[in-house]
Amino acid sequence: MISRFARITITSILLLMITSVSFAAGTIKIGALFSVTGPPAFLGEPERNTAKMVVDNINKTGGIKGQKLELVVYDTAGDATKAVQMATKLIKDDKVVAIIGPSTTGESMAVIPVVEKSKIPMISCAAGSKITEPVKRYVFKTAQNDGLAVSKIYEYLQKHKHNKVALLTVSDGFGASGREQLKALAAKYRMQIVLDDTYGPKDTDMTSQLTKIRASQAQALIIWGTNPGPAVIAKNAKQLGLKIPLYMSHGVSSKKFIALASDAAEGVKLPSGKVIVSDVLPKNDPQKAALIGYVKDYQKHYKVEGDHFGGHAWDAVMLVKAAIEKGGASSEGIRNALEGIKDFHGIGGTFSFSAADHAGLNKDAFVMVEIKNKDWALAK
Amino acid sequence: MNVLVFVGIHTLLAIALNLLLGYAGQISLGHAAFFGLGAYSSGILTATYSWNPWLAMLVTASVVASVAFVIGFPILKLKGHYLAMATLGLGIIVYILFNEWVDVTGGPSGFSGIPNLQIGSLIFDTDFKNYYLIWIFVLGCVLLSVNLANSRIGRAFRAIHDAETAARVMGVNARLLKVQVFALSAMICSIAGSLYAHVMTFIAPPSFGFNISIELLTMVVIGGLGSIYGSFLGALLLTTLPEFLRFMNDYDIVFYGGLLMVMTIFMPGGLVRGIPQLFRKIRGSGKDKGNANA
Amino acid sequence: MELSEQLLQYLLSGLSTGAIYALIGIGFSIIYNSTGIINFAQGEFVMLGGMLTLFLLETLELPLWAAIPLAVLLATITGLLFERLAIRPLRKATPISLVIITIGGSILIRGLAMLIWDKDTHAIPSFSGDEPIMLGGATVLPQHIWIIVITIILISLNKWFFNHTISGKAMRACSYNPRAAGLVGVDVRKMVLLSFMISSAMGSLAGIIVAPLTMTSYDVGIMLGLKGFCAAIIGGMSSGIPTVIGGLILGILESLGAGLISSGYKDAIAFIILLLILFIRPQGLFGKPESERV
Repeated sequence: MISRFARITITSILLLMITSVSFAAGTIKIGALFSVTGPPAFLGEPERNTAKMVVDNINKTGGIKGQKLELVVYDTAGDATKAVQMATKLIKDDKVVAIIGPSTTGESMAVIPVVEKSKIPMISCAAGSKITEPVKRYVFKTAQNDGLAVSKIYEYLQKHKHNKVALLTVSDGFGASGREQLKALAAKYRMQIVLDDTYGPKDTDMTSQLTKIRASQAQALIIWGTNPGPAVIAKNAKQLGLKIPLYMSHGVSSKKFIALASDAAEGVKLPSGKVIVSDVLPKNDPQKAALIGYVKDYQKHYKVEGDHFGGHAWDAVMLVKAAIEKGGASSEGIRNALEGIKDFHGIGGTFSFSAADHAGLNKDAFVMVEIKNKDWALAK
Repeated sequence: MNVLVFVGIHTLLAIALNLLLGYAGQISLGHAAFFGLGAYSSGILTATYSWNPWLAMLVTASVVASVAFVIGFPILKLKGHYLAMATLGLGIIVYILFNEWVDVTGGPSGFSGIPNLQIGSLIFDTDFKNYYLIWIFVLGCVLLSVNLANSRIGRAFRAIHDAETAARVMGVNARLLKVQVFALSAMICSIAGSLYAHVMTFIAPPSFGFNISIELLTMVVIGGLGSIYGSFLGALLLTTLPEFLRFMNDYDIVFYGGLLMVMTIFMPGGLVRGIPQLFRKIRGSGKDKGNANA
Repeated sequence: MELSEQLLQYLLSGLSTGAIYALIGIGFSIIYNSTGIINFAQGEFVMLGGMLTLFLLETLELPLWAAIPLAVLLATITGLLFERLAIRPLRKATPISLVIITIGGSILIRGLAMLIWDKDTHAIPSFSGDEPIMLGGATVLPQHIWIIVITIILISLNKWFFNHTISGKAMRACSYNPRAAGLVGVDVRKMVLLSFMISSAMGSLAGIIVAPLTMTSYDVGIMLGLKGFCAAIIGGMSSGIPTVIGGLILGILESLGAGLISSGYKDAIAFIILLLILFIRPQGLFGKPESERV
């Protein structure tokens, strides 16, 4: 019995070892891990689409110093185990020089030990600040830290003389990270959190939490989540006649949110990357050219509006490109060049990396927007 | 190498579920809970309280087995669909606990800083070393299960599976046996969870959710109920499939669902019995008309 | 704001959520009672209701009054196909293989929905506006009234069908003893098919009437299906009033739990009740003890 088992085992091991290891001369291989399926598909799908589009564009215009880019994308389905498995495959089998993604903070945290050990630079597209704090030698990120978005909201509230806030955050990685930052930064901006509540990512009715909030002293409600939860909350708030203003996170800064919440979205304010307001940005905004180019390209390729999630992948690919142009196509070269990148005007903001900062953005990456007449407007 | 580490962990889990499902005939849709309890408990004990990882693994496994033993009595009183739903509910409650008990588990953002396993000065920090570590556990588990399956207890399980009333009449304490195998199965899952935590050094709730329980069930069904080799085959297939199915893009979920249905209808014995049968049929000597999978 | 007004709001929110759980729960019970199968794909029909309505409204630009019956019809046909292609071909239908095949079916239907439509969440317009209605100190939406009214109509129709029509009586006969029912001339297979059709129609209608409040996407079916099952368990798998009460109890407890205790553990409430009922009163909260299920 054991020998039969051993035989099966050995055969399978051999089979696995001879899996496709291909070398294409003259191309630079970049790996990508996105959760194209699974619950975070709303992140992974635009990210994959964008990354493919950008790489195609680079190759069409002659590649990088004559060398073509090859993008190897794996789907992680939002699962940390798969992310680690695929990261190892990218490094060992596909022999990529750099990795873009994963889409979520959890997956990124799981992959970090793998890339650190293999010395392969990774540019995560997830928002959690702990990805790059403390700084890891090979890990960078393009998604804006949640703390920046929180600061932007608190600053705005301070300007408008509100200091009692209620929090309603979703109980997943995105909401948990937002909640941490909201609580941590409250003292700095003299905010008093009068109520701190959560809701589940699949919840369909939040009137209970809102009833509680209505009875509290809160002057503003900050909602931290990704679609569809915040849209349900906006509708529930309208139903209950909740009077206080609603603030949301950058997690809903896509037209999708307005479509879902429809009338209930009016007047909602949120910090957002500049993608959605690219057309109304002042002419002297350094990001304007990149933003308008990206929005146009995405519209042309995929017939839907590009959002800032896809923008994270755009930034990641373009940063790798810039790094290769400067430091050559080796992993170590890319890493060193990335750390030296200054004033790179991307979609998510203007990136300036340093040895002490692998996130590279400041809070100017965000603008406060308000939903007016089912469209975005810069909030005053 | 890395993928084989995960194949190993999944094989452990699949064998654990198969002991329950294939031998004792009791379904569970919540086995990821025991896997998660093992991983979180090991992770928390070693990272937060600096326990020795081996001691943590041992203590965790015994605690999980005892808990399973206690809840096994009321839960295994249920049958078929009811048992499926009760175990599913159990799995979801445990998942909610991982997600909501933020102070202890780190909540949805996950739990990091778990040390690697270590024997003397040998630290299991590479895929290569982990591969040997995991597969030693798998071999141990296989030996245990094969022996168990061929022992008096194994025969009693099969008797319960085939005809519980008859087995009871023959003096088999069906209930106690079922609860014991439930506890054993939970213990193996817990050990697999501990290993997983130390290999990954980072864990997060989605790795222990409902989907994982279903994936385990799929491994067991595709490999073959009641077959240890089947569990290995199912784990190997489902763990490596995503790497080969890249061309399928987003179609893989349809593929899994379809595969589960097709297998249940046309190959109820799983691959280990189905493939030899198929060969016999092709060779034309297959006059047994599917009776071989009894 | 007064506490009593808050309580009234929790109660009203709970009632409307509970009505949906009740409808889904009855769908489970109908199939269970005539076939002994727990259809794990039940939640997917709820999803299909919402997604099909959306498709008919937005892509084919049908008016709401035409889109709804057509969506129910299409979902019913899916239910029919599901029974024909998945349940009937099972040669040796054990509870385990039935659980597995309905799980496979639910994954397949969900995957197909994801491919045919997309992974996004979509909004469906309310049947008659979004102007809140004041009730005491609490508010409800016109859609809530629709939900309550449609649920009452459906449940009455259901009761009439099982008590006063030949097919309904035949289905009840099958639930007591399929072999005896077959002997007296009931076409058991047809009744099984019919039960799948009725329950997929009810599930899809439930999905349609909640969609304006909860939005819809390819993966809404899992949680709703499970909650519906909890409602059915509380009601002792009855296809009548006890399951309705079960759904309402669940909805109200969840809403009170989220309002007064903690919203994080809200989902755990349903499953803890599920386990308690299964352990202590497997015949449901209102049923007489019956030996069949243990």
